[in-house]
Amino acid sequence: MIDQPLPTFAPGSDPGPSFFELLRRVSPDALPGANLPVLNGSGAGLGAPGTIEVPHGTTIVCIKYAGGVIMAGDRRATEGYTIASRRIDKVSQCDHWSAMAIAGAAGPGMEMVRLLQTELEHYEKVEGEPLSLEGKANKLSQMIRANLPAAMQGLVVVPLFCGFDLRKGEGRLYKYDVTGGKYEEADYATTGSGSVHARNWIKAGFKLDMSQEEAVNLGLLALFQAADEDSATGGPDPVRRIYPTVAVVDRDGYVKLEADDVEGRSLELLQGRSAQ
Amino acid sequence: MSMPFYVSPEQVMKDRADYARKGIARGRSLVALEYAGGIALVAENPSGTLHKISEIYDRIAFAAVGKYNEFEMLKIAGIRHADVRGYSYSREDVTARALANGYAQTLGQVFTHEMKPYEVEILVAQIGEQEGEPNEMFHILYDGTVMDEHGFTVLGGQAEAISDSLKADYTEGLDVGAAIRLGTKALGSPDDREIAADQLEVAVLDRTRPRRKFRRIDDDEVAGLLANA
Repeated sequence: MIDQPLPTFAPGSDPGPSFFELLRRVSPDALPGANLPVLNGSGAGLGAPGTIEVPHGTTIVCIKYAGGVIMAGDRRATEGYTIASRRIDKVSQCDHWSAMAIAGAAGPGMEMVRLLQTELEHYEKVEGEPLSLEGKANKLSQMIRANLPAAMQGLVVVPLFCGFDLRKGEGRLYKYDVTGGKYEEADYATTGSGSVHARNWIKAGFKLDMSQEEAVNLGLLALFQAADEDSATGGPDPVRRIYPTVAVVDRDGYVKLEADDVEGRSLELLQGRSAQ
Repeated sequence: MSMPFYVSPEQVMKDRADYARKGIARGRSLVALEYAGGIALVAENPSGTLHKISEIYDRIAFAAVGKYNEFEMLKIAGIRHADVRGYSYSREDVTARALANGYAQTLGQVFTHEMKPYEVEILVAQIGEQEGEPNEMFHILYDGTVMDEHGFTVLGGQAEAISDSLKADYTEGLDVGAAIRLGTKALGSPDDREIAADQLEVAVLDRTRPRRKFRRIDDDEVAGLLANA
Protein backbone atom coordinates (compact mmCIF):
# COMPACT_ATOMS: atom_id res chain seq x y z
CA MET A 1 0.00 0.00 0.00
CA ILE A 2 1.56 3.29 -0.99
CA ASP A 3 1.05 6.30 1.20
CA GLN A 4 -1.80 8.34 -0.16
CA PRO A 5 -4.24 10.93 1.08
CA LEU A 6 -6.54 9.39 3.65
CA PRO A 7 -9.92 8.18 2.45
CA THR A 8 -12.74 10.71 2.66
CA PHE A 9 -16.39 10.24 1.78
CA ALA A 10 -19.20 12.44 0.54
CA PRO A 11 -21.89 12.90 3.20
CA GLY A 12 -24.24 10.50 1.42
CA SER A 13 -21.78 7.64 1.24
CA ASP A 14 -20.02 8.01 4.57
CA PRO A 15 -19.76 4.63 6.28
CA GLY A 16 -20.24 6.15 9.76
CA PRO A 17 -18.75 4.29 12.70
CA SER A 18 -19.07 0.84 11.06
CA PHE A 19 -15.91 -0.90 9.91
CA PHE A 20 -17.95 -3.41 7.90
CA GLU A 21 -19.49 -0.59 5.84
CA LEU A 22 -16.10 1.07 5.47
CA LEU A 23 -14.55 -2.11 4.11
CA ARG A 24 -17.47 -2.54 1.72
CA ARG A 25 -16.61 0.86 0.26
CA VAL A 26 -12.81 0.89 0.19
CA SER A 27 -11.90 -2.76 -0.19
CA PRO A 28 -14.92 -4.97 -0.94
CA ASP A 29 -12.71 -7.90 -1.91
CA ALA A 30 -11.45 -8.11 1.64
CA LEU A 31 -14.94 -8.82 3.01
CA PRO A 32 -15.55 -12.39 4.14
CA GLY A 33 -17.46 -14.26 1.48
CA ALA A 34 -16.33 -11.93 -1.32
CA ASN A 35 -15.49 -13.66 -4.60
CA LEU A 36 -17.56 -16.66 -3.64
CA PRO A 37 -18.03 -18.72 -6.79
CA VAL A 38 -21.62 -19.02 -7.87
CA LEU A 39 -22.59 -22.65 -8.11
CA ASN A 40 -24.69 -23.79 -11.01
CA GLY A 41 -27.25 -26.52 -10.61
CA SER A 42 -24.75 -29.32 -10.96
CA GLY A 43 -22.38 -27.64 -8.55
CA ALA A 44 -19.53 -28.03 -11.03
CA GLY A 45 -16.13 -27.17 -9.68
CA LEU A 46 -16.84 -27.23 -6.00
CA GLY A 47 -19.01 -30.26 -5.65
CA ALA A 48 -22.67 -30.17 -4.81
CA PRO A 49 -23.85 -27.53 -2.35
CA GLY A 50 -23.15 -28.56 1.18
CA THR A 51 -20.27 -30.86 0.35
CA ILE A 52 -17.28 -28.51 0.33
CA GLU A 53 -14.64 -30.16 2.45
CA VAL A 54 -13.13 -27.61 4.79
CA PRO A 55 -12.18 -27.88 8.45
CA HIS A 56 -15.17 -27.67 10.77
CA GLY A 57 -15.16 -26.67 14.39
CA THR A 58 -17.41 -28.60 16.70
CA THR A 59 -18.75 -28.17 20.22
CA ILE A 60 -18.90 -24.91 22.16
CA VAL A 61 -20.79 -24.08 25.34
CA CYS A 62 -21.67 -20.94 27.22
CA ILE A 63 -23.01 -20.84 30.79
CA LYS A 64 -24.20 -17.98 32.93
CA TYR A 65 -23.19 -17.80 36.58
CA ALA A 66 -23.71 -15.30 39.38
CA GLY A 67 -21.00 -12.84 38.32
CA GLY A 68 -20.97 -13.22 34.55
CA VAL A 69 -20.63 -15.89 31.88
CA ILE A 70 -18.15 -18.60 30.98
CA MET A 71 -17.48 -19.83 27.48
CA ALA A 72 -15.68 -23.03 26.58
CA GLY A 73 -14.86 -24.96 23.44
CA ASP A 74 -13.15 -28.22 22.55
CA ARG A 75 -10.01 -28.04 20.41
CA ARG A 76 -10.82 -30.29 17.47
CA ALA A 77 -11.50 -29.34 13.86
CA THR A 78 -12.58 -32.07 11.44
CA GLU A 79 -12.55 -32.34 7.69
CA GLY A 80 -14.96 -35.09 6.76
CA TYR A 81 -13.80 -38.09 8.79
CA THR A 82 -10.30 -36.71 9.26
CA ILE A 83 -9.06 -34.64 12.17
CA ALA A 84 -7.90 -31.40 10.57
CA SER A 85 -6.57 -29.79 13.73
CA ARG A 86 -6.18 -30.82 17.35
CA ARG A 87 -5.38 -27.39 18.71
CA ILE A 88 -7.80 -24.95 17.15
CA ASP A 89 -9.00 -22.19 19.48
CA LYS A 90 -12.71 -21.57 19.08
CA VAL A 91 -13.22 -19.11 21.91
CA SER A 92 -12.02 -15.57 21.21
CA GLN A 93 -12.16 -12.23 22.89
CA CYS A 94 -14.23 -9.68 20.96
CA ASP A 95 -13.52 -6.63 23.07
CA HIS A 96 -12.93 -5.94 26.74
CA TRP A 97 -16.38 -7.14 27.83
CA SER A 98 -17.41 -9.73 25.28
CA ALA A 99 -16.40 -13.05 23.79
CA MET A 100 -17.44 -15.19 20.89
CA ALA A 101 -17.03 -18.85 20.02
CA ILE A 102 -17.45 -20.43 16.62
CA ALA A 103 -18.81 -23.73 15.43
CA GLY A 104 -19.09 -24.70 11.80
CA ALA A 105 -16.72 -23.89 8.92
CA ALA A 106 -13.51 -22.83 10.65
CA GLY A 107 -12.11 -20.49 7.99
CA PRO A 108 -15.14 -18.21 7.57
CA GLY A 109 -15.74 -18.44 11.32
CA MET A 110 -12.32 -17.13 12.22
CA GLU A 111 -12.66 -14.41 9.61
CA MET A 112 -15.94 -13.41 11.22
CA VAL A 113 -14.25 -13.22 14.62
CA ARG A 114 -11.55 -10.94 13.23
CA LEU A 115 -14.13 -8.75 11.52
CA LEU A 116 -16.23 -8.42 14.67
CA GLN A 117 -13.17 -7.61 16.77
CA THR A 118 -12.19 -4.85 14.35
CA GLU A 119 -15.78 -3.64 14.07
CA LEU A 120 -16.20 -3.22 17.83
CA GLU A 121 -12.85 -1.54 18.30
CA HIS A 122 -13.45 0.72 15.30
CA TYR A 123 -16.80 1.85 16.64
CA GLU A 124 -15.32 2.51 20.05
CA LYS A 125 -12.50 4.63 18.63
CA VAL A 126 -14.65 6.63 16.22
CA GLU A 127 -17.51 7.26 18.65
CA GLY A 128 -15.40 7.54 21.79
CA GLU A 129 -17.49 4.95 23.66
CA PRO A 130 -18.22 1.26 23.18
CA LEU A 131 -21.41 -0.20 21.73
CA SER A 132 -23.97 -1.64 24.15
CA LEU A 133 -23.88 -5.42 24.52
CA GLU A 134 -27.15 -5.72 22.64
CA GLY A 135 -25.63 -3.57 19.88
CA LYS A 136 -22.62 -5.88 19.62
CA ALA A 137 -24.87 -8.94 19.45
CA ASN A 138 -26.93 -7.34 16.66
CA LYS A 139 -23.79 -6.49 14.73
CA LEU A 140 -22.76 -10.14 14.80
CA SER A 141 -26.23 -11.06 13.63
CA GLN A 142 -25.77 -8.88 10.52
CA MET A 143 -22.43 -10.51 9.78
CA ILE A 144 -23.93 -13.99 9.93
CA ARG A 145 -26.70 -12.86 7.61
CA ALA A 146 -24.09 -11.50 5.19
CA ASN A 147 -22.52 -14.95 5.22
CA LEU A 148 -25.77 -16.59 4.09
CA PRO A 149 -24.71 -17.14 0.44
CA ALA A 150 -21.63 -19.00 1.68
CA ALA A 151 -23.75 -20.89 4.20
CA MET A 152 -26.00 -22.08 1.36
CA GLN A 153 -22.91 -23.68 -0.13
CA GLY A 154 -22.08 -25.47 3.07
CA LEU A 155 -19.83 -22.91 4.76
CA VAL A 156 -22.13 -22.56 7.75
CA VAL A 157 -20.97 -20.52 10.73
CA VAL A 158 -23.05 -20.64 13.91
CA PRO A 159 -21.37 -18.76 16.75
CA LEU A 160 -22.24 -18.11 20.35
CA PHE A 161 -21.76 -14.64 21.71
CA CYS A 162 -21.61 -13.54 25.34
CA GLY A 163 -20.55 -10.61 27.40
CA PHE A 164 -21.04 -8.60 30.51
CA ASP A 165 -23.73 -5.94 30.21
CA LEU A 166 -22.43 -3.04 32.29
CA ARG A 167 -25.77 -1.22 32.18
CA LYS A 168 -27.72 -4.20 33.49
CA GLY A 169 -24.87 -5.44 35.65
CA GLU A 170 -25.10 -9.08 34.52
CA GLY A 171 -23.66 -11.53 32.06
CA ARG A 172 -25.74 -12.22 28.92
CA LEU A 173 -25.47 -14.79 26.17
CA TYR A 174 -26.81 -15.23 22.66
CA LYS A 175 -27.05 -18.01 20.12
CA TYR A 176 -27.60 -17.60 16.40
CA ASP A 177 -29.01 -19.51 13.49
CA VAL A 178 -27.58 -19.62 10.01
CA THR A 179 -29.75 -16.73 8.77
CA GLY A 180 -28.47 -14.40 11.47
CA GLY A 181 -31.43 -15.00 13.79
CA LYS A 182 -30.36 -14.00 17.28
CA TYR A 183 -31.75 -15.69 20.36
CA GLU A 184 -30.87 -14.55 23.82
CA GLU A 185 -30.68 -17.42 26.29
CA ALA A 186 -31.29 -16.98 29.99
CA ASP A 187 -29.00 -19.66 31.44
CA TYR A 188 -26.85 -21.52 28.94
CA ALA A 189 -26.39 -22.28 25.26
CA THR A 190 -24.49 -24.83 23.21
CA THR A 191 -23.86 -25.25 19.53
CA GLY A 192 -21.89 -27.47 17.17
CA SER A 193 -22.05 -31.18 16.39
CA GLY A 194 -21.81 -32.31 20.00
CA SER A 195 -24.16 -29.65 21.29
CA VAL A 196 -27.08 -31.95 22.13
CA HIS A 197 -24.98 -34.04 24.50
CA ALA A 198 -23.30 -31.00 26.00
CA ARG A 199 -26.65 -29.31 26.53
CA ASN A 200 -28.14 -32.29 28.31
CA TRP A 201 -25.28 -32.44 30.78
CA ILE A 202 -25.45 -28.72 31.44
CA LYS A 203 -29.21 -28.98 31.87
CA ALA A 204 -28.75 -31.68 34.48
CA GLY A 205 -26.07 -29.80 36.39
CA PHE A 206 -27.23 -26.21 36.06
CA LYS A 207 -28.20 -24.15 39.08
CA LEU A 208 -29.11 -20.47 39.20
CA ASP A 209 -26.37 -18.20 40.54
CA MET A 210 -23.58 -20.75 40.47
CA SER A 211 -20.06 -19.66 41.37
CA GLN A 212 -17.56 -19.17 38.56
CA GLU A 213 -15.78 -22.29 39.77
CA GLU A 214 -18.92 -24.42 39.39
CA ALA A 215 -19.75 -22.96 35.99
CA VAL A 216 -16.26 -23.64 34.62
CA ASN A 217 -16.31 -27.23 35.89
CA LEU A 218 -19.79 -27.79 34.48
CA GLY A 219 -18.63 -26.51 31.09
CA LEU A 220 -15.64 -28.85 31.11
CA LEU A 221 -17.84 -31.79 32.10
CA ALA A 222 -20.29 -31.00 29.29
CA LEU A 223 -17.47 -30.87 26.73
CA PHE A 224 -16.04 -34.14 28.06
CA GLN A 225 -19.41 -35.85 27.70
CA ALA A 226 -19.97 -34.38 24.23
CA ALA A 227 -16.57 -35.72 23.15
CA ASP A 228 -17.56 -39.11 24.55
CA GLU A 229 -20.59 -39.33 22.26
CA ASP A 230 -19.65 -37.21 19.23
CA SER A 231 -16.72 -38.24 17.04
CA ALA A 232 -16.11 -34.69 15.83
CA THR A 233 -15.60 -33.30 19.33
CA GLY A 234 -12.18 -33.62 20.89
CA GLY A 235 -11.88 -34.73 24.51
CA PRO A 236 -9.13 -33.83 26.99
CA ASP A 237 -5.81 -35.15 25.68
CA PRO A 238 -3.28 -35.68 28.51
CA VAL A 239 -0.74 -37.23 26.08
CA ARG A 240 -0.37 -34.05 24.03
CA ARG A 241 -1.53 -31.85 26.90
CA ILE A 242 -4.39 -30.39 24.89
CA TYR A 243 -7.41 -29.24 26.88
CA PRO A 244 -10.46 -27.12 26.13
CA THR A 245 -10.25 -23.34 25.84
CA VAL A 246 -12.14 -21.66 28.66
CA ALA A 247 -12.80 -17.94 29.05
CA VAL A 248 -14.68 -15.93 31.65
CA VAL A 249 -16.36 -12.55 31.16
CA ASP A 250 -17.37 -10.70 34.30
CA ARG A 251 -17.58 -7.09 35.49
CA ASP A 252 -13.82 -6.71 35.16
CA GLY A 253 -13.79 -7.94 31.57
CA TYR A 254 -12.61 -10.92 29.57
CA VAL A 255 -10.11 -13.37 31.02
CA LYS A 256 -8.90 -16.55 29.36
CA LEU A 257 -8.18 -19.27 31.90
CA GLU A 258 -4.53 -20.31 32.14
CA ALA A 259 -3.67 -23.58 30.38
CA ASP A 260 -2.36 -25.02 33.67
CA ASP A 261 -5.59 -24.22 35.43
CA VAL A 262 -7.68 -25.95 32.75
CA GLU A 263 -5.28 -28.90 32.72
CA GLY A 264 -5.66 -29.31 36.49
CA ARG A 265 -9.43 -29.23 36.31
CA SER A 266 -9.53 -31.60 33.32
CA LEU A 267 -7.26 -34.14 35.01
CA GLU A 268 -9.40 -33.99 38.13
CA LEU A 269 -12.46 -34.57 35.99
CA LEU A 270 -10.85 -37.58 34.29
CA GLN A 271 -9.78 -39.03 37.62
CA GLY A 272 -13.27 -38.57 39.03
CA ARG A 273 -14.71 -40.38 36.02
CA SER A 274 -12.29 -43.32 36.11
CA ALA A 275 -13.02 -43.88 39.81
CA GLN A 276 -16.67 -44.49 39.02
CA MET B 1 -14.59 41.22 -19.61
CA SER B 2 -13.10 42.07 -16.27
CA MET B 3 -9.75 40.63 -15.38
CA PRO B 4 -9.04 39.50 -11.80
CA PHE B 5 -6.19 41.28 -10.12
CA TYR B 6 -2.88 39.47 -10.30
CA VAL B 7 -1.85 38.04 -6.95
CA SER B 8 1.54 36.39 -6.72
CA PRO B 9 1.64 32.76 -5.55
CA GLU B 10 3.85 33.84 -2.66
CA GLN B 11 1.17 36.19 -1.48
CA VAL B 12 -1.57 33.56 -1.82
CA MET B 13 0.39 31.05 0.25
CA LYS B 14 1.30 33.63 2.84
CA ASP B 15 -2.32 34.72 3.21
CA ARG B 16 -3.47 31.16 3.62
CA ALA B 17 -0.76 30.40 6.15
CA ASP B 18 -1.64 33.52 8.13
CA TYR B 19 -5.28 32.56 8.06
CA ALA B 20 -4.55 29.04 9.32
CA ARG B 21 -2.15 30.26 11.99
CA LYS B 22 -4.66 32.76 13.28
CA GLY B 23 -7.33 30.11 13.54
CA ILE B 24 -4.99 27.77 15.41
CA ALA B 25 -3.83 30.51 17.78
CA ARG B 26 -7.40 31.09 18.95
CA GLY B 27 -7.51 27.73 20.74
CA ARG B 28 -5.58 26.32 23.68
CA SER B 29 -2.31 24.44 23.27
CA LEU B 30 -1.25 20.85 23.78
CA VAL B 31 2.00 19.18 24.80
CA ALA B 32 3.34 15.68 24.32
CA LEU B 33 6.25 14.37 26.38
CA GLU B 34 8.16 11.14 26.32
CA TYR B 35 8.54 9.61 29.77
CA ALA B 36 10.19 6.43 31.00
CA GLY B 37 7.20 4.16 30.29
CA GLY B 38 5.69 5.83 27.24
CA ILE B 39 4.33 9.11 25.95
CA ALA B 40 2.10 11.52 27.89
CA LEU B 41 -0.30 13.84 26.07
CA VAL B 42 -1.61 16.84 27.98
CA ALA B 43 -4.06 19.33 26.49
CA GLU B 44 -5.90 22.26 27.90
CA ASN B 45 -9.51 21.41 27.11
CA PRO B 46 -12.45 22.55 29.23
CA SER B 47 -14.80 20.11 27.48
CA GLY B 48 -15.03 16.63 28.93
CA THR B 49 -16.61 15.14 25.81
CA LEU B 50 -15.12 16.89 22.78
CA HIS B 51 -11.71 15.28 22.76
CA LYS B 52 -8.48 16.66 21.37
CA ILE B 53 -6.63 13.42 22.10
CA SER B 54 -7.73 10.04 20.77
CA GLU B 55 -6.69 6.47 20.22
CA ILE B 56 -5.90 5.52 16.63
CA TYR B 57 -4.48 2.02 16.93
CA ASP B 58 -2.68 -0.33 19.31
CA ARG B 59 0.45 1.81 19.71
CA ILE B 60 -0.67 5.03 18.03
CA ALA B 61 -2.39 8.09 19.43
CA PHE B 62 -3.69 11.22 17.75
CA ALA B 63 -3.71 14.72 19.20
CA ALA B 64 -4.73 17.97 17.61
CA VAL B 65 -5.39 21.63 18.18
CA GLY B 66 -7.41 24.07 16.10
CA LYS B 67 -10.85 23.75 14.62
CA TYR B 68 -12.72 20.84 16.19
CA ASN B 69 -14.79 19.69 13.20
CA GLU B 70 -11.71 19.63 10.97
CA PHE B 71 -9.45 17.62 13.23
CA GLU B 72 -12.29 15.31 14.26
CA MET B 73 -12.72 14.44 10.58
CA LEU B 74 -8.97 13.86 10.27
CA LYS B 75 -9.03 11.66 13.36
CA ILE B 76 -11.76 9.46 11.89
CA ALA B 77 -9.89 9.28 8.57
CA GLY B 78 -6.82 8.12 10.50
CA ILE B 79 -8.74 5.44 12.39
CA ARG B 80 -10.19 4.23 9.09
CA HIS B 81 -6.78 4.11 7.45
CA ALA B 82 -5.31 2.21 10.40
CA ASP B 83 -8.12 -0.31 10.81
CA VAL B 84 -8.34 -1.12 7.10
CA ARG B 85 -4.60 -1.57 6.92
CA GLY B 86 -4.46 -3.69 10.05
CA TYR B 87 -7.33 -5.85 8.84
CA SER B 88 -5.91 -6.38 5.34
CA TYR B 89 -2.33 -7.01 6.47
CA SER B 90 -1.54 -7.44 10.13
CA ARG B 91 -1.67 -5.35 13.28
CA GLU B 92 2.09 -4.80 13.23
CA ASP B 93 1.91 -3.26 9.76
CA VAL B 94 0.08 -0.19 10.99
CA THR B 95 2.70 2.51 11.54
CA ALA B 96 2.73 6.12 12.63
CA ARG B 97 4.98 6.97 9.70
CA ALA B 98 2.47 5.85 7.07
CA LEU B 99 -0.30 7.61 8.91
CA ALA B 100 1.70 10.83 9.23
CA ASN B 101 2.41 10.72 5.50
CA GLY B 102 -1.29 10.28 4.82
CA TYR B 103 -2.09 13.30 6.96
CA ALA B 104 0.65 15.34 5.32
CA GLN B 105 -0.73 14.50 1.86
CA THR B 106 -4.26 15.38 2.87
CA LEU B 107 -3.34 18.65 4.58
CA GLY B 108 -0.94 19.64 1.79
CA GLN B 109 -3.57 19.05 -0.83
CA VAL B 110 -6.22 21.02 1.02
CA PHE B 111 -3.75 23.83 1.66
CA THR B 112 -2.90 24.33 -2.01
CA HIS B 113 -6.13 23.36 -3.75
CA GLU B 114 -9.03 24.36 -1.56
CA MET B 115 -10.51 27.76 -0.86
CA LYS B 116 -9.64 27.56 2.80
CA PRO B 117 -6.81 25.67 4.51
CA TYR B 118 -7.52 23.50 7.54
CA GLU B 119 -6.91 25.39 10.76
CA VAL B 120 -5.32 22.46 12.56
CA GLU B 121 -2.02 21.16 13.82
CA ILE B 122 -1.81 17.47 14.56
CA LEU B 123 0.43 15.01 16.27
CA VAL B 124 0.74 11.30 15.54
CA ALA B 125 2.57 9.53 18.36
CA GLN B 126 3.67 5.92 18.49
CA ILE B 127 5.42 4.14 21.33
CA GLY B 128 8.04 1.47 20.90
CA GLU B 129 6.62 -1.90 21.87
CA GLN B 130 9.62 -3.07 23.84
CA GLU B 131 11.92 -1.39 26.30
CA GLY B 132 14.57 0.44 24.27
CA GLU B 133 12.60 0.51 21.02
CA PRO B 134 12.34 4.21 20.13
CA ASN B 135 9.12 6.21 20.24
CA GLU B 136 8.02 8.24 17.25
CA MET B 137 6.28 11.59 17.26
CA PHE B 138 5.24 13.28 14.03
CA HIS B 139 4.09 16.86 14.26
CA ILE B 140 2.15 17.92 11.16
CA LEU B 141 1.29 21.52 10.34
CA TYR B 142 -1.73 22.98 8.53
CA ASP B 143 0.18 23.03 5.20
CA GLY B 144 1.36 19.43 5.35
CA THR B 145 4.82 20.08 6.76
CA VAL B 146 5.94 17.07 8.81
CA MET B 147 8.40 17.26 11.66
CA ASP B 148 9.89 14.29 13.44
CA GLU B 149 10.11 15.24 17.12
CA HIS B 150 12.00 13.78 20.07
CA GLY B 151 11.62 14.32 23.78
CA PHE B 152 8.68 16.68 23.74
CA THR B 153 6.64 18.72 21.32
CA VAL B 154 4.10 21.51 21.59
CA LEU B 155 1.09 22.20 19.36
CA GLY B 156 -0.85 25.44 19.22
CA GLY B 157 -0.57 29.20 19.11
CA GLN B 158 1.63 29.58 22.16
CA ALA B 159 4.01 26.83 21.13
CA GLU B 160 7.15 28.91 21.37
CA ALA B 161 6.66 30.18 24.90
CA ILE B 162 5.60 26.72 26.10
CA SER B 163 8.57 25.08 24.38
CA ASP B 164 10.92 27.47 26.12
CA SER B 165 9.49 26.51 29.47
CA LEU B 166 9.79 22.81 28.65
CA LYS B 167 13.32 23.18 27.34
CA ALA B 168 14.38 24.49 30.71
CA ASP B 169 12.79 21.70 32.76
CA TYR B 170 12.52 18.60 30.59
CA THR B 171 14.76 15.63 31.26
CA GLU B 172 14.67 12.09 29.93
CA GLY B 173 13.34 9.23 32.02
CA LEU B 174 10.62 11.08 33.94
CA ASP B 175 7.89 9.05 35.60
CA VAL B 176 4.34 9.50 34.37
CA GLY B 177 3.26 11.82 37.20
CA ALA B 178 6.25 14.08 36.75
CA ALA B 179 5.68 14.23 32.98
CA ILE B 180 2.04 15.27 33.44
CA ARG B 181 2.96 17.86 36.09
CA LEU B 182 5.65 19.27 33.83
CA GLY B 183 3.29 19.42 30.86
CA THR B 184 0.61 21.16 32.90
CA LYS B 185 3.05 23.69 34.26
CA ALA B 186 4.37 24.41 30.76
CA LEU B 187 0.85 24.92 29.37
CA GLY B 188 0.21 27.59 32.01
CA SER B 189 3.63 29.21 31.74
CA PRO B 190 3.04 31.82 28.96
CA ASP B 191 0.61 33.77 31.13
CA ASP B 192 1.52 32.38 34.53
CA ARG B 193 -1.66 30.46 35.23
CA GLU B 194 -2.30 27.35 37.26
CA ILE B 195 -4.47 24.97 35.25
CA ALA B 196 -6.91 22.85 37.24
CA ALA B 197 -7.42 19.14 36.54
CA ASP B 198 -10.94 19.65 35.16
CA GLN B 199 -9.54 22.01 32.51
CA LEU B 200 -7.17 19.33 31.26
CA GLU B 201 -7.46 16.39 28.93
CA VAL B 202 -4.75 13.84 29.65
CA ALA B 203 -3.95 10.50 28.04
CA VAL B 204 -0.92 8.24 27.84
CA LEU B 205 0.50 5.63 25.57
CA ASP B 206 1.64 3.22 28.25
CA ARG B 207 4.15 0.55 27.25
CA THR B 208 3.13 -1.75 30.11
CA ARG B 209 -0.43 -2.19 28.84
CA PRO B 210 -1.23 -5.40 26.93
CA ARG B 211 -2.25 -4.57 23.35
CA ARG B 212 -4.03 -1.25 23.25
CA LYS B 213 -1.50 1.07 24.84
CA PHE B 214 -3.74 4.13 24.87
CA ARG B 215 -5.32 5.12 28.13
CA ARG B 216 -7.26 8.22 29.15
CA ILE B 217 -6.50 9.54 32.61
CA ASP B 218 -9.67 10.94 34.19
CA ASP B 219 -9.95 14.21 36.09
CA ASP B 220 -9.75 12.63 39.54
CA GLU B 221 -6.60 10.75 38.70
CA VAL B 222 -5.07 13.85 37.11
CA ALA B 223 -5.94 15.90 40.21
CA GLY B 224 -4.22 13.24 42.33
CA LEU B 225 -1.10 13.32 40.15
CA LEU B 226 -0.96 17.13 40.13
CA ALA B 227 -1.32 17.34 43.91
CA ASN B 228 1.39 14.76 44.35
CA ALA B 229 4.23 17.14 43.48
